Amino acid sequence: MSKKTVKLMQGNEACVEAALMAGMKFFAGYPITPSTELAEISSEKLPRVGGKFIQMEDEIAGIAAAIGGSIAGLKSMTATSGPGFSLKQENIGYAAIAEIPLVIVNVMRGGPSTGLPTSPAQGDVMQAKWGTHGDHAIIALSPQSVMETFDITIKAFNLAEKYRTPVIVLTDEVVGHMREKIEIPEPGDIEIVNRTVPGPGEDYLPYRLEAGDIVPKMAPFGAGYRYHITGLFHDETGFPSNSTENADIMLKRMISKIEDNRDDIVMFDEFMMEDAEYAIISYGSTARTVRNAIKTLREQGMKVGLFRPITIWPSAEKEIREVGRKVKKIIVAEMNMGQYVQEVERIVKSDAEVFHLGRANGEVLMPSEVVQKAKEVF
Amino acid sequence: MSNQTQIRLAGSGGQGMIMAGVILAEAAILDDKIAIQSQSYGPEARGGASKAEVIISNEEIDFPKVIEPDLVLSLTQEATMKYGNSLKEGGLLIIDEDILLPEGFESSRVIKVPILRTAKENVGRAIVANIVAVGFIAEFTQLVSRESVEKAVLGRVPKGTEPMNKKALSEGYALAQSVK
Amino acid sequence: MTSEIVQKYFRIENLPHIWCPGCSNGVVTRALTVAIDELGLDQDNIVVVSGIGCSSRAPGYLDFNTLHTTHGRGLAFATGIKLANPKLDVILIAGDGDVSAIGGNHLIHAARRNIDITTIVFNNNIYGMTGGQYSPTTPTDAKGTTAPHGNIDKPFDIAQLATAAGATYASRTTAYHVNQMVKYFKDAITNKGFSMVEVASICPTYYGRKNKSGSGVQMMQTLKNDFIDRMAYDKLPEEKKAGKHLMGVFKNITLPEYTAEYQRVIEALQGGESNE
Repeated sequence: MSKKTVKLMQGNEACVEAALMAGMKFFAGYPITPSTELAEISSEKLPRVGGKFIQMEDEIAGIAAAIGGSIAGLKSMTATSGPGFSLKQENIGYAAIAEIPLVIVNVMRGGPSTGLPTSPAQGDVMQAKWGTHGDHAIIALSPQSVMETFDITIKAFNLAEKYRTPVIVLTDEVVGHMREKIEIPEPGDIEIVNRTVPGPGEDYLPYRLEAGDIVPKMAPFGAGYRYHITGLFHDETGFPSNSTENADIMLKRMISKIEDNRDDIVMFDEFMMEDAEYAIISYGSTARTVRNAIKTLREQGMKVGLFRPITIWPSAEKEIREVGRKVKKIIVAEMNMGQYVQEVERIVKSDAEVFHLGRANGEVLMPSEVVQKAKEVF
Repeated sequence: MSNQTQIRLAGSGGQGMIMAGVILAEAAILDDKIAIQSQSYGPEARGGASKAEVIISNEEIDFPKVIEPDLVLSLTQEATMKYGNSLKEGGLLIIDEDILLPEGFESSRVIKVPILRTAKENVGRAIVANIVAVGFIAEFTQLVSRESVEKAVLGRVPKGTEPMNKKALSEGYALAQSVK
Repeated sequence: MTSEIVQKYFRIENLPHIWCPGCSNGVVTRALTVAIDELGLDQDNIVVVSGIGCSSRAPGYLDFNTLHTTHGRGLAFATGIKLANPKLDVILIAGDGDVSAIGGNHLIHAARRNIDITTIVFNNNIYGMTGGQYSPTTPTDAKGTTAPHGNIDKPFDIAQLATAAGATYASRTTAYHVNQMVKYFKDAITNKGFSMVEVASICPTYYGRKNKSGSGVQMMQTLKNDFIDRMAYDKLPEEKKAGKHLMGVFKNITLPEYTAEYQRVIEALQGGESNE
C-alpha cells in the first residue's frame, strides 16, 4: 500500500494541488467569485516550484496568456466563473483550432449575467460544449467531491496533453468551496501524461499527424522549429489555407480525435443501478443530493438507481443509451432549467420517458425534492 | 444518516466562525471520521450575520449541506435571529450569555454560555472567542477527541498565536465542564 | 530577385503577400527583419505575435516562431509566452484598431508591467481588413465607411498612450523614414522592458480612397512632409506648426522589467534557480 496524505481541503484548493502534481507550471487568470481561490493559491505556490503566475487585466487576457504559456511549453491553467467563462469563449475556440493543451476551470455560479455570484448552479453545461462559435469538440469533466476534484484535475491535464485540446473542469460553487477529506497520493503513484514533442533534427510539420500518433507532435516555441500557429483554418504546415477540402480534413480530425476516443475519455459512476427500474441521471454536487434521495427511495421499496456522468462532454453516449434501454423512466436532476436533460433525451430517444428536475435560483436541490419528484413521475 | 451530526456556527463576519468550523471538521478527520465543512460566501462573510456549517459522520456524507442542525452555536443577536430557529427537533441551541431569545422562539434546549466574556477576560482577547467555542462544543458533544482538536487548532491558527489559542481552547473545555 | 534579407527572414513559399498595391505593410515588415539582422539575434529565439488585421498577417510571412492570435489579444498571448520563457525575444505586430481599440486594455497593462515585449504598431488610421471603417486613430473629420459624414471621434496618440501607461521605450516614425524606423526597432528590441514603436503607415485602398489622399506614392510624400521630429517642431515658428505630426523618441528610460522581477520572486522563495 502506497502512502497517502490525508487532509481537510477545499475543492478549489484540491484543484490547484492536483494541477501542481500534474505538472502545472503556468497560471494566468483574473479574480472572480467563486473561483478566486484557484488564482490565490496558484500565486502562492507556483513560484515555489519555479512556475509562473500572472494576474491579467481581464478574463480574456487570462486565457490568452495561459495559451501563450502552453505554446512556450509549460502546462497551463486558467480559472473562472460565470461572466468570466463567457468572456473566455473566443479563446477556448482558439485553443481548440490551434490544438493547444490547456485546462480551464469553471466554478459554476448562478447566471445569466452577473447573476448569483456566490451561489451554486450548473447552468454552463451547454455553454461548455457550444460556448465558442463554430464546430469543435470539447472535453468537460464534472467532480462531485473534493477528492474527485483532485482526481479529475490530474485527468484534465493528462487529457489536454494527450489530445492537444482545451479541457474544461466544470465544477460548481458547492464542490469548489466545501471542505472535506482528501487523500493525496504520492507523486510517483499518479499517472502523468506529457505532450509528444518532435525529436531533434526531425523534419517537423506542426500539424502533420504521424503514423501511430493521436495528434500532431507539439514543439514549444524557441526549440528551433520556427513554425506558425493561427486561429485560421490551416493545413499541416500550420499556415492558413482556404481550401474547402483541407478545411474538411482538419475539422474532422479535430473532432474525431475526441469523439473517436470516448472510451478513453468518458468516466461515469453508477449507484444501485443493477436492479433499477428507474434511473436518475445527475452530475457534480447535485449527484450527492440524488444519492441521498435514492437511499430514502430504496428504503421505501422503489427500485431506483443513479447514473452519474463524470465526463460531461463528450457524453457517455453508449452508457446512457444502455440506461435508457434498461429502465422505464429517467429523471435528470441538475441545477439549471433544463440542459443536460436535452442530451439525455437525444441519446435515449423513445427507450425511456425522460423528466427534468431542476432549479437555478441559487439553492441546491434538496434530497426531499428528488424523493418527491420520483414519487410523482416513477 | 442517523449517525450524522449537523452543526451550524453563527456569528458576525470576522468572528472566525468559519475557522471554528474548519477546526471541528479537521479534528473529525484526524479521528478517522467523515466530515464536511461549508460556509456562506459573499457580502455576509465580510460583516453582518455569517455562518459556517459542519457535518460529522461515521459514514459517507452524500448531501453536503446542513438541513436541520442538531446543534447551533451563535455569538450574536443578529445571527441567532437569522440562523437559530432551524434546529432539528430536540436540537441544542448554544448562545452567548447576553443574547435575548425572542418570544415564541422554538427550541427545546437552550444553553447560555459566556463565550465572548471568557475570551476577553480569561484569555485577554475577544478574537479567540471562536476557539473558546470550539473547545466548548468539543467537550460538550464529545464528537471529536481533545488530541485531534488541539492538533487542528495548532495547525490552523497564525504562527505565534499558538499559546493564546491553546489557552482559549482549554477555557472552552472548562466552560463546558462547568455547564454539564 | 530576392534580397538576402528576404531570403533569410521571409517564408518565401508563402509570398506573394495579401496586401494591396501601395500598402506600406511590406516596407515596415522588411524594416523589422533588417533591424533583427543588424542586431544579430538568433532567429530560433524570436517570437513574433499578432492579433487580427492586415498587419497581423505579417508573422505568417516571417521565418520565426510566429503566432497569429485573436483580435486585439496579441499582447495577452505574448505576455504568457514571455513570462513562461523569458529568454525568448518577443515582438508584437499590431494595427491601430487591434492594439488601441479591442486590444487597448492589454496595451496599457503590458506597458504598465514593463514586460520585455516590443510592440510595433502599423498605424494606417483605418480598419483595412474589414474594408475601411474608422479606427481610434482616424483623424477627426476624416471619412471611413462607418463615418460617411466625417469622423466626430478624437484620435488616440498611441505612442503617447504607451508612454503614459508605463512603457520604458516609446517612439514614432513613419513608413517613409526607413532608416529611422530600423534604428527605432533596434532600440526598442534592445530595451529591457516594454517598448513601442508606432509607425505611421498608409492604406491607399481604403483610407486614401475615402479621403482623397492620392496614390500610395503621394501618401508616402505626405508622410515625409507632415511628420517632423518633436525637437525640430519645438523650434518651428508658430505659423509653420499647423498640420504637422510629431515623430521621434518619446521615452527611453530603464526600470525593473516584469519577468526579471518575477524571477527574483522565484529565486527568493527557492533560494536558487528556476527550473525553467
